[in-house]
Amino acid sequence: MADKATRLRVLALYKELHRLGRDYPDPSYNFHGKLRGLFEKNRNLQHKEEIERAIKLGEYIRNETLALYSLRKYRHLKRMYPQDSFSDPFHDDTTNTHPKA
Amino acid sequence: MRPTPARLLNILVPVKRTIDYAVKIRVNPDQKGVDLNVKHSMNPFDEIAVEEAVRLREKLKDEIKSIKVVTIGPPKSIETLRTALAMGADSAIHVEIPDSAPAPEPLGVAKALRALIEKQKDGVDLVIMGKQAIDDDAGQTGQMLAGLMNWPQATFASKLVVDPATKEANVTQEIDGGLQEVKAKLPLIVTTDLRLNEPRYASLPNIMKAKKKPIEKVSPADLGIDLTPRLETIKVAEPPKRQGGGKVESVDELVAKLKEAGFLSKS
Repeated sequence: MADKATRLRVLALYKELHRLGRDYPDPSYNFHGKLRGLFEKNRNLQHKEEIERAIKLGEYIRNETLALYSLRKYRHLKRMYPQDSFSDPFHDDTTNTHPKA
Repeated sequence: MRPTPARLLNILVPVKRTIDYAVKIRVNPDQKGVDLNVKHSMNPFDEIAVEEAVRLREKLKDEIKSIKVVTIGPPKSIETLRTALAMGADSAIHVEIPDSAPAPEPLGVAKALRALIEKQKDGVDLVIMGKQAIDDDAGQTGQMLAGLMNWPQATFASKLVVDPATKEANVTQEIDGGLQEVKAKLPLIVTTDLRLNEPRYASLPNIMKAKKKPIEKVSPADLGIDLTPRLETIKVAEPPKRQGGGKVESVDELVAKLKEAGFLSKS
């Protein structure tokens, strides 16, 4: 196993990914199972470069998951609160003129 | 000698705990409300407000003296405050109401915020809040607070630039048909629109750090305000189920149906 500093980094990354996995939108996707499996598969890595590469992959997955969550929320809000909404206070339903007329 | 900044700004960010955006809302059998036994989180527009305050500090550094978040809600609302603290706020205020109490209305919230602002020893220079809450979609609190405080308001902000030296802010507002830029003097109320920024996800180390940040508990009585609702909800119902469309066999039939429905003149 690698030195203590690397061990702490890996543990921190695991905890972070685990916490993120709680908010995963698809309930049928076994996030925690896959997370555990992937970390356990690499538990006996010895070479520094291999360990670094694995950590980088973990960080990449963390960033991708964060991006997924942000985008999903933004798209939902954009749909729910569209810009040219008929419910906006300036929309006048009494006239028949098209805005571009 | 280091030059001292003209004025240090104190930012207040009111936040609200609402049903999570992803939850499918279910109307209760009594048709007086919705199922509240579901996941709750911070109102997304308020997340944008907290993010904006934190970004202002990243930009203006020491010129932002404090970022305080406040919420009016039941004991569980403390989770919302912790999220805001984890995003970068310095301290929080919890105006606690009992679990059984009805949800506060915008006017009540605005009055509570006014009382709180007047209690702040260092004053408040900037209030950044969400434009509306995704549960009631009232969109009134910011405007009402501006009216009560007699402060200028810049609503639906999609860009905010603050100059602490001149105590002015330039705000780009999203209005019907485009954008509008206004300049206002602080103290100022800003309400956030969707395109203002992308809120950060509080990382685990920040969540840990946030546990040490102070949360002050206050009661509505301490502020001298009454949060009794003035409105009574008579009925809550789901929107009518979408009627299926009908199929037509020819253009003539389509035209006949449109005339029937009154969309075409009968000439």
